[in-house]
Amino acid sequence: MRPAKIPTEELMTSGHLACQGCGATQAMRFALKAMGPKTALVIPACCWSVIDGPFPHTSLKVPICHTLFEAAASTASGLKAGLEMRGDTETVVMAWAGDGGTFDIGIQALSGAAERNEDIMYCCYDNEAYMNTGIQRSSATPVGAWTTTTPVAHYKKRPKKKIIDIMAAHSIPYIATASVAYPQDLIEKFRRAREIKGTRFMHVLAPCPTGWKLAPELSVAMARLAVTSRVFPLIEVTDNGSTWKVWKDFEQTPVADYMKPQGRFRHLTDKEIDSIEEEVDRNWQIMLSRERLSADLPGLER
Amino acid sequence: MRKVIMGNHAVSYGVRACDVKVLSAYPITPQTQVVELLSEMCASGEIDAKFIKVESEHSAMTACVGASAAGVRAFTATSAQGLLLMHEVLHWAVGARLPIVLANINRAVGPPWSIWTDQNDSLSQRDVGWLQIYCESNQETQDTIVQAFKIAETVKLPVMLVLDAFFLSHTFEIVDILEAKDVRKFLPPYVAETKIDVDDPHSFGNLGSPSEYFELRYMIQKAMEEARDVVKDVDIEFKEHFGRGYGVVHPYRCDGADVILVTSGTVASTTRAVIDEMRDEGIKIGSLKIRLFRPFPVEEVYEVLSKAKKVAVIDRNISFGHHGIFFQEIKSALYGRTDVPIFGYITGLGGRDVTPKVIREIADRAVSDEKQERDINWIGVKV
Ligand SMILES: Cc1ncc(C[n+]2csc(CCOP(=O)(O)OP(=O)(O)O)c2C)c(N)n1
Ligand SMILES: [Mg+2]
Repeated sequence: MRPAKIPTEELMTSGHLACQGCGATQAMRFALKAMGPKTALVIPACCWSVIDGPFPHTSLKVPICHTLFEAAASTASGLKAGLEMRGDTETVVMAWAGDGGTFDIGIQALSGAAERNEDIMYCCYDNEAYMNTGIQRSSATPVGAWTTTTPVAHYKKRPKKKIIDIMAAHSIPYIATASVAYPQDLIEKFRRAREIKGTRFMHVLAPCPTGWKLAPELSVAMARLAVTSRVFPLIEVTDNGSTWKVWKDFEQTPVADYMKPQGRFRHLTDKEIDSIEEEVDRNWQIMLSRERLSADLPGLER
Repeated sequence: MRKVIMGNHAVSYGVRACDVKVLSAYPITPQTQVVELLSEMCASGEIDAKFIKVESEHSAMTACVGASAAGVRAFTATSAQGLLLMHEVLHWAVGARLPIVLANINRAVGPPWSIWTDQNDSLSQRDVGWLQIYCESNQETQDTIVQAFKIAETVKLPVMLVLDAFFLSHTFEIVDILEAKDVRKFLPPYVAETKIDVDDPHSFGNLGSPSEYFELRYMIQKAMEEARDVVKDVDIEFKEHFGRGYGVVHPYRCDGADVILVTSGTVASTTRAVIDEMRDEGIKIGSLKIRLFRPFPVEEVYEVLSKAKKVAVIDRNISFGHHGIFFQEIKSALYGRTDVPIFGYITGLGGRDVTPKVIREIADRAVSDEKQERDINWIGVKV
């Protein structure tokens, strides 16, 4: 991973309403550093509709069009079309939604926009539950996790939805995952995405100390362990969903190191964590094989 | 240019004249021809707009919200289930004070599946804060689209135009087609007062505490009240430009009428034919078409109906557990100001024909007072 200069310009201010250690807030701060001031945000119902601050305040120096929970991608499509017709072809419209607004209620509008290849960026900051309404499970909640709707006696049994696979199946020009623990990488990816036309999908893991039952100061460490344990691989999918690139240049750490500090996994036995690690490994291998496949396949656009 | 076109195409021609910049729609019978013709007009360059072919009506309306927030004219059209799917977004457009225009082709709501007309789809959006205008002819439909943008942009509220499925949407009539160059003098290019703009960044629609929300709702009501005059003024100005005006209500032979039938949509035309027939027979009867439903034209309605001895309201809709919805509106408009008796008639649900014979039955009952309830009389129901 090459170090990149982190711009000193701040488009996010202090005074926002996030909890201590909020990954979603760090993600926004770094993303806007990459995006610059010619960015218009579309924010559906999620923690970020609150973090922004109450009227007449805002914690961002870019315009925001708040919208309905399931409507980030469709509102962004309309906003982009409207700006273009107004003669503003420069502004990048970026939908900024939580995992619930992306994996669940907003997936229809997102799929529609991606299929049409709308010229928008869509960033899902993923804190792996409906945090704004009080930590209820979403389809992005990982297997094994406690939430207020998956209590310990009946913790989440189903794996996290594979949103990257779903988005890759839409043949859009750019997909990337990023982590607040790797800001240089995050900024590079957002910069790259910014320059591409068509639908660009960004998926940022955003630890939520409140919902993950985690000490706030461990938020970034957890984001890093998610990557090094390969629970949340850093990847890029280009060439309309066909070319996969997986970042492997790190020292692997056990999945248990990632899960144990988080209260939401406290009830899991070592055996259960082992079987989760097996699943993580299988997913990792699948990703690597995709990377190999896209490297070996003849005739693919490079 | 005069052309024989269907009601749905009258909508499209209205939109074509208005410098609309973003269209977004999802197909549903009986609205489809509206968007098909608009697609052709966009493809041929007759309309310089982006047409976002979304995957649902919820997205159609949110795309309009996004476009309108960017400060350009946005339009969509739908019917029944589509309008109901938009419901959440209809509220949002009002709160965001976006001057979007929507054409709803009245269609009955399932189950059972029905594609035929009644007004329950649009009337169940009564309280969202959209203006509602019910059209009766293809000419009026085209002209009302143009008026709608002007009204919407003046009061900063969205406007819904309503027309009957098939009886209007698929009926061919002669329409004097409006051209953009002529309309521009009446409806200049839209300049939004507030918009999403990177050079003047604001956050729109963020958290509103109890210390602001209440006032914002008060302002919506004030805008609605202002709209009462704006709709009238825009109609008068339209008449000065194009020689046609429609009023907010349309009284027909109400002078000296003992009984007045209250109607809306295409039932209004049929009713006028029945009024003529009964007047020929010496019966003192007239009719009042309600064109503007929200804001409700209370004064105009009072003005006409307070002079009658009886009022009979024809509803092609029902608020289950209560009455016909126009009936309720008329009653509340007259409450405490006159004791003229008001009778309610439900007919034509799910596209059942409202023929001259049906209207004659209502009129005869209203005149003779026989076999009728005060609040709800079912006409033509087979039970
Ligand atoms: C249609 C609708 N249903 C439910 C809600 C309530 N709601 C608001 S935010 C939210 C959860 C958001 O979860 P996510 O998208 O993951 O964002 P987060 O709060 O975790 O940041 C829910 C359920 C809503 N605003 N709209
Ligand atoms: Mg979430």
